[in-house]
Amino acid sequence: MREIDVKLITEKVRDLCMEANTDLGEDVLEAFDRAIQKEESPLGVEILKELKENARIARDERVAICQDTGFAVVFIELGQDVHLVGGGMKEAIFEGVRQGYRDGYLRKSICHPFTRANTGDNTPAIIHTEIIPGDQVKITVAPKGGGSENMSRVVMLTPSDGIEGIKQYVVQRVKESGSNPCPPTIVGVGIGGTFELAAFLAKKSLLRPLGSKNPDPELDQLEFEILTEINKLGIGPQGLGGRTTSLAVHILMMPCHIASFPLAVNIQCHAQRHKEVIL
Amino acid sequence: MTEPIRLKTPFSDKDVERLKIGDRVLLNGVIYTGRDAAHKRLSDLLKEGKELPFDIRGQIIYYVGPTPAKPGQVFGSAGPTTSYRMDAYAPALIEKGLKGMIGKGMRSDAVKEAMKKHQAVYFAATGGAGALLAKKVKKAEVVAYEDLGPEAIRRLEVEDLPVIVINDVRGNDLYIEGEKRYRQG
Repeated sequence: MREIDVKLITEKVRDLCMEANTDLGEDVLEAFDRAIQKEESPLGVEILKELKENARIARDERVAICQDTGFAVVFIELGQDVHLVGGGMKEAIFEGVRQGYRDGYLRKSICHPFTRANTGDNTPAIIHTEIIPGDQVKITVAPKGGGSENMSRVVMLTPSDGIEGIKQYVVQRVKESGSNPCPPTIVGVGIGGTFELAAFLAKKSLLRPLGSKNPDPELDQLEFEILTEINKLGIGPQGLGGRTTSLAVHILMMPCHIASFPLAVNIQCHAQRHKEVIL
Repeated sequence: MTEPIRLKTPFSDKDVERLKIGDRVLLNGVIYTGRDAAHKRLSDLLKEGKELPFDIRGQIIYYVGPTPAKPGQVFGSAGPTTSYRMDAYAPALIEKGLKGMIGKGMRSDAVKEAMKKHQAVYFAATGGAGALLAKKVKKAEVVAYEDLGPEAIRRLEVEDLPVIVINDVRGNDLYIEGEKRYRQG
């Protein structure tokens, strides 16, 4: 049994909140470069270059990439041989979010659903915990902006809808979202499981690096086919017209009930922010 | 691609009339910020027949809720928020003389109709380019609703703030036209 003080979790979550919001991943910057090569719309190319320049400023000056510094979504993979000491894990994570959003000059965007009163410190955070073998803890912080989250949906398709039904629904969702979710987007797709798990899979799929292959060849092909259809829509960077409506489609799938065919689409804006650390 | 047009605020009807969809504009002068909660309050004031906290005639509202400014920074990261949430409130403000709005995402038919009728335009700034856009703000002060934090109404002085005309006074829409031009199959 390995002991880890939760103070360390607070410290790491604090740092990850600030890092994720200011330092866009190399995989995203490389995806911008590939898009600039392919984009036919001159205005679209301008926008993509602006996004690269924005990421450079944010990284150099340690300021937020986007003013929507998001809901702090925290994924924890907790080794079953770890004993957390010094307090509760949830409170330790919340404290890390509090400190990170305060010290990083990040916007506090969480409010009461009815009164809309701001909680003031960007808590609560959303925490997804998975118990895994081993004695390590992996912490991933993925701030999620509201504009793209608002365009996301879960739908319970009918088994007879088949793969064609999935393709049609995802492409239609991106089409209807238009310019709202800040294209070029990354489209997270969760297939199977239950109502709530499909949504979780869609969100988790966004953590995969851009430009990487899906380990399942059938899903990899499906990702390619859906992305091709999406980029025929013409929406383009920021919805001003062009070829680059989405940078990638990521799919995670698991078995579902014999009566069900759950599908979730989690739209992610181009500021695809996530940072992780292993303790 | 044509060169951007440099424009000073406040806008006259003439300034607005010459703009057409796809024009890149560099805004200079004073603009005001406002998003969901501030719009709700402005709308309530209009309904009660009361004065707005600033003279809206000829002005431009930027739909933005910035991050807190870091020490040494004039303004925090400040990209546009999605505009459709302000659609319910915008026509009444346009009727009162608002000449421009900056945001991202498509507007409702009612907003487009109001822009045509009262000579106003809708611009997009690049969503998610908050760090870059913040550098164009030279001065910022809260003019109303400080209690709303990032949603308070601020008076900004901007220099060459880059925006693109999405809806012009003739009823054109760049989101519709742009998509049409590049759609395949």
